[in-house]
Amino acid sequence: MRNICFYFQVHQPFRLKRYRFFDLGNDHYYYDDYLNKHILKKVANRCYLPTNELLYNLIKENGNQFKVAFSLTGVFLEQLELYAPEVIKSFRKLADTGCVEFLSETYSHSLASQADPDEFIDQVNQHRKKIEDLFRVTPKVFRNTELVYSDAVGEQVSKMGFTSMLAEGAKHVLGWKSPNFLYYNVLNPRLKVLLRNYKLSDDIAFRFSNRSWSEWPLKADKYIQWIKALPKEEEFVNLFMDYETFGEHQPLESGIHMFLENLVRMVISDPELGFTTPSELTERYQPVAPLSVPYPSSWADEERDLSAWLGNEMQKEAFGRLNSLRNLVILAGDKDLTKDYDYLQASDHFYYMSTKFFADQSVHNYFNPYNSPYDAFINYMNVLSDFIIRLEKKTKRIRFHGIPLEELSGQALEQAILSYEGTLKELRKRRNLMTKSKDTSTPAKTNPTKDFPPETAKVKKKKN
Amino acid sequence: MRVLMFGWEFPPHISGGLGTACYGLTRGLAFRDVDVIFAVPKAYGDEDQSNVRLIGASQVPVRKRSFVFKNDLVTNHENFTEERSRELVYIEIGSRLVPYLSPEEFEQYIRDRVIEEDYSWSRPIDREIPATATLTDVIGTIDFTGKYGPDLMQEVSNYALVASEIALENDFDIIHAHDWLTYPAGIAAKKSSGKPLVVHVHATEFDRTGENYNTIVFDIEKAGMEVADLVITVSNLTRNIVIKRYGIDPKKVVTVYNAVESGNENRIDQPVKSVEEKVVTFLGRITYQKGPEYFMEAAAKVLKHADNVRFVMAGSGDLLRKMIRYAARLGITEKFHFTDFLKGPEVDLMFSLSDVYVMPSVSEPFGISPLEAMRSNVPVIISKQSGVSEVLKHAIKIDFWDVDAMADAIYGLVTYESLPTMFRQFGKEEVENMKWENAALQIKNCYIKLLYPSS
Repeated sequence: MRNICFYFQVHQPFRLKRYRFFDLGNDHYYYDDYLNKHILKKVANRCYLPTNELLYNLIKENGNQFKVAFSLTGVFLEQLELYAPEVIKSFRKLADTGCVEFLSETYSHSLASQADPDEFIDQVNQHRKKIEDLFRVTPKVFRNTELVYSDAVGEQVSKMGFTSMLAEGAKHVLGWKSPNFLYYNVLNPRLKVLLRNYKLSDDIAFRFSNRSWSEWPLKADKYIQWIKALPKEEEFVNLFMDYETFGEHQPLESGIHMFLENLVRMVISDPELGFTTPSELTERYQPVAPLSVPYPSSWADEERDLSAWLGNEMQKEAFGRLNSLRNLVILAGDKDLTKDYDYLQASDHFYYMSTKFFADQSVHNYFNPYNSPYDAFINYMNVLSDFIIRLEKKTKRIRFHGIPLEELSGQALEQAILSYEGTLKELRKRRNLMTKSKDTSTPAKTNPTKDFPPETAKVKKKKN
Repeated sequence: MRVLMFGWEFPPHISGGLGTACYGLTRGLAFRDVDVIFAVPKAYGDEDQSNVRLIGASQVPVRKRSFVFKNDLVTNHENFTEERSRELVYIEIGSRLVPYLSPEEFEQYIRDRVIEEDYSWSRPIDREIPATATLTDVIGTIDFTGKYGPDLMQEVSNYALVASEIALENDFDIIHAHDWLTYPAGIAAKKSSGKPLVVHVHATEFDRTGENYNTIVFDIEKAGMEVADLVITVSNLTRNIVIKRYGIDPKKVVTVYNAVESGNENRIDQPVKSVEEKVVTFLGRITYQKGPEYFMEAAAKVLKHADNVRFVMAGSGDLLRKMIRYAARLGITEKFHFTDFLKGPEVDLMFSLSDVYVMPSVSEPFGISPLEAMRSNVPVIISKQSGVSEVLKHAIKIDFWDVDAMADAIYGLVTYESLPTMFRQFGKEEVENMKWENAALQIKNCYIKLLYPSS
């Protein structure tokens, strides 16, 4: 018996509107509502709704033999609530069949795993809350943004209580090894790692409708032969891809739905084949070997690394600047600021700044609102600059025993640092429970754990 | 293979983009083993005339000399060894032709230089540009009597006349003429030699004057393009104009992008920047086509929000005074400066003092200056209405009229530190890969196709 594990990634960012520097301090709304609504509606009609329906019918038709897994980002779900609530309903319908697993990830499809571990934890918790609220299930398996994985990320994820995680079966990671086995994290052997079979996944996700591909047209029976031709001892195949593959990246006219439908029917009628989900794999199989990934890998581009998001100077400056604001955002405890902070986390903003793709723009221009990476960077930095102005204004009003923070010194400053470290911890807890804005003028004293004060003190020194 | 080229200028006297391009191309062709007989118009004055040799019976003073490209002249390409140096035959023709001038400007130019009481400058233009003996007499006696027609068209036809003589006396395979002033020369050379003609369009009358174009110039351009066996344009922007406005068969119009000379590394060792602010520069002729007012409006927007920046408008032109008044009206003169016309080394100095270079041209067939800026590590903002925007990746591209976008790009470049870093990292490399050798190879291939159509 050989099992196919389908997992679909669904994400749409809140794209930024054109934000000029002279809007700084004047305009605090950053999103291109028209564009976001337009793209979401379009993809909902071409992909989300029809494919959900197809999956639902296939599940109903085949009892509980057909299974898939999804990862829906928080910002995507928020946009559905705003622009296409019927899609949420159809995901709920899928969830209720019991044959659909929802995976855990960061709320904003962010790169927090490359920044602050606490921020990473916060965002994962925030996402779990959202999934629980909407679908009444708790995700058990973790997948990181763009399948970013390294030994260190794996260890963080394992500390959060997950027992398995998805990653890319990149050549430079696996070498001669096969992705069709379970592996474990070298730093924490209790974390199992599921690897994407990139060849078979990309045959569907990238090559399906490519007429210059030697295997075109790809039909289900041929594809099944490829799966069956794998060595005997390989008991499962992980097919991970963007959900937009079905109807958007590969248009409906290409026959992608027909392919999926035939594939499911043929797999189910074949005694040697079946479907499974990441959590079933985790329970059923034991890892065969440790996987050592000292440098982060991802499922993007030829390089399968982070260079599409954090490759150039602009991306590093923007990402660094964003992350430096974390403690202030928590301290400010403002609902709107927190929300903007979440939206600005989306990895897409950094992706648009990539200079790698001048040669190969096709995949990367997908839904990209900018003419050039420079354009993307300037726009993002303008927005971030306005965000910082608001944040500083907000945190300026915070006082410690009646004294503005910037006037604190000596003993009082030390006291304040201790005190705010506790406050932060408490606020973070509360933020995870999605609390509303909070008055921070009377900080409570608890155990110090965080290292926020030096940075805050630095920001405070700037006088307006 | 040998080319008779009617070009413009030669070092050390280079005054503009056309001369730079002709010179760079000649060097590139030399690298590609193409011999060039390079003819330029040049009025004799204080120059050394020891090598001057009169050609033919037309009495036009023509100076002919040989010139060998040295290694340091041709880009420091590793393959370029001593043996591959080519000899260049360089011919200067006694003519007062200057690139860039319209017929009206030319009159002014001549008048400014010679106080002449009784010239008849309203001579009718002969569309056929015939080679008559009287005309050559006129030009042949320039330096002795000072009597000549201050008429640009006259000069153009004189030049054509000499061209046909040169074509008869020299041995070559193909003729290559740069911009309209030399098209009649190219046509004449083609007629007298029967060799194929390539015309190279660096700019059209529409680029220079917009819709109020000079019909005579237009006719000369059109005639040149029609007679030519091949038309080379410096961008697809220009190619479209040639096809649409001049009605030339698209099959014989090809785009070959310009390149840039690799920089003299020792140009400015230590720039003496005396202001703390970032310097944003416009450099070029201050004329409508270059879009100076958009630059100024963007500057006003930036200055309203940022105080770490100064603006410089370098160059001169018919809009200079208007621009100065405009700056005063916008109230930005404290941080907006004018330099008037800059000469060669001053241009290098200006680049070395600049943090951002802006080329907001309304219409620019190619635009070499952003490449020169990038070569000096200066990030550039260019208009999408320039030919160079078709090839540059590491530049910020805006519509010339989109003052907001221009202001935003300037603000970004002077505010967010990683941006200039990016440009230093990638821009210079990109420009240094735009070599004249490559442009020359494309052109050589065009020559081969013309000469051996079957192969």
